[in-house]
Formats: sequence, structure tokens, C-alpha cells
Amino acid sequence: MATLDINRVRKAYGNLEVLKEVNISVGDGEFLVLLGPSGCGKSTLLNIIAGLEDITGGEVLIGNRVVNDLPPKDRDIAMVFQSYALYPTMTVRQNIEFGMKIRGIPAEERAKATNAAAEMLQMTGLLDRKPSQLSGGQRQRVAMGRAIVRHPDLFLFDEPLSNLDAKLRVDMRTEIKRLHQRLGTTIVYVTHDQIEAMTLATKVAVMKGGVVQHFGPPQEVYDRPANTYVARFVGSPAMNIIPGWLLASDGVPTVAFDTPQGEAVVRGVPLSAETAHRFAGRDVLVGIRPEHFGLDPSGTVPVGVDVVEPTGPDTLIVFAAGGTEVVARLEPFDAQVGRQERFSVKAEKVVLFDPATETRLD
Amino acid sequence: MATKSLARQQMLGRLFIYSALILLALYYLMPLWVMVTTSLKPLDEIYSGSFIGLPQEITFEAWSKAWSGACIGTECTGLRPYFVNSIMMVVPAVLLSTGLGALNGYVLTKWRFKGANLVFGMMLFGCFLPYQAVILPMAQVLGRLGLSGSIPGLVLVHTVYGICFTSLFFRNYFITIPDELTKAAQIDGAGFFRIFLSIMLPAALPIIVVSCIWQFTQVWNDFLFGVSFTSGSDTPITVALNNIVNVTTGRKQYNVDMASAMIAAIPTLLVYVVAGRYFVRGLTAGAVKG
Ligand SMILES: Nc1ncnc2c1ncn2[C@@H]1O[C@H](COP(=O)(O)OP(=O)(O)OP(=O)(O)O)[C@@H](O)[C@H]1O
Ligand SMILES: [Mg+2]
Repeated sequence: MATLDINRVRKAYGNLEVLKEVNISVGDGEFLVLLGPSGCGKSTLLNIIAGLEDITGGEVLIGNRVVNDLPPKDRDIAMVFQSYALYPTMTVRQNIEFGMKIRGIPAEERAKATNAAAEMLQMTGLLDRKPSQLSGGQRQRVAMGRAIVRHPDLFLFDEPLSNLDAKLRVDMRTEIKRLHQRLGTTIVYVTHDQIEAMTLATKVAVMKGGVVQHFGPPQEVYDRPANTYVARFVGSPAMNIIPGWLLASDGVPTVAFDTPQGEAVVRGVPLSAETAHRFAGRDVLVGIRPEHFGLDPSGTVPVGVDVVEPTGPDTLIVFAAGGTEVVARLEPFDAQVGRQERFSVKAEKVVLFDPATETRLD
Repeated sequence: MATKSLARQQMLGRLFIYSALILLALYYLMPLWVMVTTSLKPLDEIYSGSFIGLPQEITFEAWSKAWSGACIGTECTGLRPYFVNSIMMVVPAVLLSTGLGALNGYVLTKWRFKGANLVFGMMLFGCFLPYQAVILPMAQVLGRLGLSGSIPGLVLVHTVYGICFTSLFFRNYFITIPDELTKAAQIDGAGFFRIFLSIMLPAALPIIVVSCIWQFTQVWNDFLFGVSFTSGSDTPITVALNNIVNVTTGRKQYNVDMASAMIAAIPTLLVYVVAGRYFVRGLTAGAVKG
């Protein structure tokens, strides 16, 4: 088990800067998720932690030891790949034992470790099969088994679930979480799926274009996203970002935005007095999560219902505000397209962004 | 009614296809037929009768003469020593060129270095170099190395010339094996050769077979390098065959010629019969997924 520190890490392929000054630091036993869209440099960062790519600048520390110049095998890590990367000509048992064999672990011990891992992952019956005779989920288990027997300081997962179907993905997600709870080993996990990130992580690093946009606990990333990019990337449906303005008022920060039905006003949004003063009367972007709207005849947001999407547990209402489309998630009610309603907003949950920099205002 | 005539049409089509195939097959088998029957006839029968007919009297004399009695130049040893020469040439040449090709393919795909593409391009270029273009420089190199006129010299020539092809085979095969496989092995602690031997080679069995068959046929059937770089008792079987057939004194011994030609052709035939299935499979197969 170990801590992981990534200090000012940069990576360039020729002139192409793939990672720009990445700083991340997690404690022992944490579950770090690197979240971002395709091509943002997640795998590159993971490969740098593993030692499979060399580093252009900065340091990687595993357990307070700088590992920049250590080859992968000396870093006490184990990795699970997106394509599973099982050795095709070896049986499951040989796949799992390959690493131990190379490290010179005696046959008895190897067999013991393999059987224990197989039991833990419920794949004892598969040990003599070849990877080509396994289903996707079973291959996934084998790949995890291969990592577990290593007893590493650090587990690295590169989109391990993206090749599975939706149902299996949810099952394996739970299994990975259980594994983490059982072993308590520090994990770095790459995904572009924000739900995986939210459910698994103790810390999330949201990345875009080789830059960490927000690094923090998942709830913080969800509640107080660092900028509009993070706000839109995490959560589904995404956070509404409504162009509006800050009213100059009496110490209670209040924002307003236009709707075709009139002006909407939200009183008591979280904002420091200093920022409220600086932005008084100026344009801001008002971030409201869909679930923070509520049906309320005395609400301050006039709404013309454009689209109604019942999902079962709740009903999504699409309406226009501030020149954009806004989605509200409400408890099911008798919603009618074209009807006028009034919504209230949980003001304490509203997040404001600077329209110029798109970063959060505190 | 309609279906009946349709069935009839189909049958007619079939019939046409099969007859065409059979005719063509016969056409292609004709030379083989002539070779086999001629090699089994006594010389007198060949000169008195037709070329195509069945032998009236079957004799293996021509075969035994071709193997151990026919005169090549002044020596009347038959093809046997030259057959051995060819084996001594083909086995190391095939193993070396396949092994080095596999190593090249592995490096070119999994341990990419600056200029890897250029190196690969130059190797490809080597595939298109005609034999004739390399003969003179090759002769000089062999001379410097003291390998002129010897079987080891031919092994070297064929290995060098074959590497272009085998590297191409293996590169194109290994490029379909996901890089994550080598990364996983690196994390497992395997080094350069361990990954090559334990993971890449076992996965490359089909292409190994392709490479071996290809190289075997090329090297065994080669005449130009053999005749250019060796002489006398050091020549491979193709050159010896040529010498037998080109004897100008006395009556032309067609039966011995045919038997010799077949002896020279048997090893490549055997290789195809034994490993041909894998050949086709290897040419069409990508890497084993997962
Ligand atoms: N060997 C390389 N040479 C040049 N550019 C590369 C190389 N490897 C990756 N890149 C570039 O680096 C960027 C980040 O790649 P990376 O594989 O880390 O993305 P990712 O976030 O893992 O994406 P995905 O979700 O699709 O796996 C991409 O723009 C990619 O094109
Ligand atoms: Mg990736």
C-alpha cells in the first residue's frame, strides 16, 4: 500500500504536449479516478505512473519514493488493461502465474496464490481454459486475478469495463469496489464514464486536453465544479449553465435570468461578500443541477413547458431560460406541454461561474 | 414448372463448372503424368514408343541411377551428395532467416525506435531487389569473408536475402497483436527476450509456418545463387540437376532426367502437403485476440 504523488508532470510527443503540469496527490488506500473524454491524456498519465512511458518533466512518487527512473517491474504496481491483455497462448492459470514465475516464486506458493485469487473472483472452474474460450466478463476477472496475485502497492486500471455490456459493467463495477474495500490497496482508475467515477472514487481528477480541471472528492466535484467544463461533464443530465446576472443587493447574493415568461430570481446563492461586491450588476453564468428545481406555485422561476420526458422515478421537464435549453428533474406530476408552471430553485446549491473565464466564483 | 427448370439450369451450370475444372486440372497434371511415366520406363521404350502412354514394363532403374549413379561432370555419384548439400543449405538458412525475421518484426512493432519506419521501408525495398542486382556485391562480400564457393556461403546469402521477406511477414503479423500485451508482460517483469520467447513467438505459430514454407521453397528451388557462388561438388541440387539434364554426350536419358527432376522437387512438395493447411491459415489469420 502506498501514497501516490504526481508533481508537475509533463509529457510531450515531439511538439505535441499531451500532459501539461499535472499535479495530483492521494493518500494510502485511496481510489483515484482519472476522468475525461477520449484523447485527454488519461492513459498517458497512467502509463507514466506505471513506467511504460517515459516522462518529459516532473516527478512521480509512489510511497514517497521517486520512481521516474524505475522500470515497471520495480515499481510494485499491477495493471489491468482495457483489452485485458491476456497472453493468448497461455491458460488462465499460466496467465496468472506468469509474473510470479518471473519473480522466481516457487511453484507451490504460486499455485496457492492463484487458487486464492481464483476463489476470490469466482473463477476456479476457468483455470485450465485459454483466454479465447472465455467471455468478456470472465477475461476481465482473469485480468484482475493476474493483478491481485502481485500484491502490489498500487493497482492501475485503464478503462477496465468499457468492453463489457451495460449489465455486466454495473456488476463488475461493484466487484471492483468490493475488491478495493477488501484489499485496501491504493487504486488509480481511468475512465470516461462519469458514473463509474462517482460510484468508485474517493478522489476524482477531471481532465481535459492534458490539464487537470478539477481534483477533489467526487461529491465536491459534483456540487462545486471548478469550471463549466467539469460542471457539464459530471452528472447526467448535465448541470444547466444559464446566462444571467448578479443583482446588486442587500448582502444576500441574488441572481436573475430571463425566461420567455419573465424574469427569474434566485435569492441566497452561495457567494463570498467580496466576490458579490466585485460582480454586483455584472453578467454571470448560473449553474443549476436539474434535480435542484422543484415544482412550486409560489416559486420564483416562471416556466413554459417545452418537452416532457417521464423516466419512471422522475420526470424531466425541458424549458427555455437565458437563451438556452434548461432541464429540470422533478417528481412525477401531471405535466403538460405548453402549460405555464412555476419552479423554485435550491439556492444554496447554485454554482456561479465567471462568463469570461468560465471558472467558478466563490 | 419454374422451379424445375431452375433446378435444371443450376445443374447444367454445375456440370459446366466441373468439366471446366477437370479439364484444367488434367492440363496442369499432364507434365507430371509425363514425368512419372517416363521416369518408370526403360530408355529403349521411350525411344521406340510414345511419350504419353503407360509404361509397358515398370522399372525403377532410372530412379536409382538418378539418385546414386548418374554422372555430373566427371563424377558419377548421382544426386545424393547434392541433395545432402541442399539440405545442409536449406535447414540453417530457413531457421536463421525465420528467426531473425521474427526478431525484426518484434522490434519493429513492439520496441519502436526513431527511424523504425525508415528501416522497415528499406527492408521492403530489399524484397524488390532482383537477384541479379546483388550477385556481384554478394560475391565480393563472400570473398572477403572467405566463404566463396561453399555451402555456408550460400546459407549466408539466402539468410540475408530472405530476411526482407520474413521481416515483412512477422512485422505485419505482430502489428495486429495489441501493444497492451507487451506492456502487461513488462509489468509482470518480463524482459525483451522473455517477452519475445514466451509471448510473441507462441502467438506467431501460423506465421512461423508461412515463413518456413516460403523460405524453404525459395532456398531449395534457387538456382541463380547456387550456380553463381558454388561449383563442382559444392553445388546445391538444382545446379546438379541442370548439369545432369544438360549432358550432351550419348543418347539423352529422358527417364533419368525425369527421375532427377522429381527427386529435386519432392522436398518442396512434401513441405506443402504436410504444412500447406497452416500456410493458408497463416496467410489469412490475424493475431489471436484476447
Ligand atoms: N505515441 C504517441 N505519439 C504521439 N501522440 C500520442 C502518442 N500516444 C498518444 N498520443 C496522443 O496523446 C493524447 C492522449 O492520449 P491518451 O491515450 O492518453 O488518451 P486517453 O485519454 O487515454 O483517451 P482514450 O479515452 O481514447 O483512451 C492523444 O491526443 C493521442 O493522440
Ligand atoms: Mg486510453
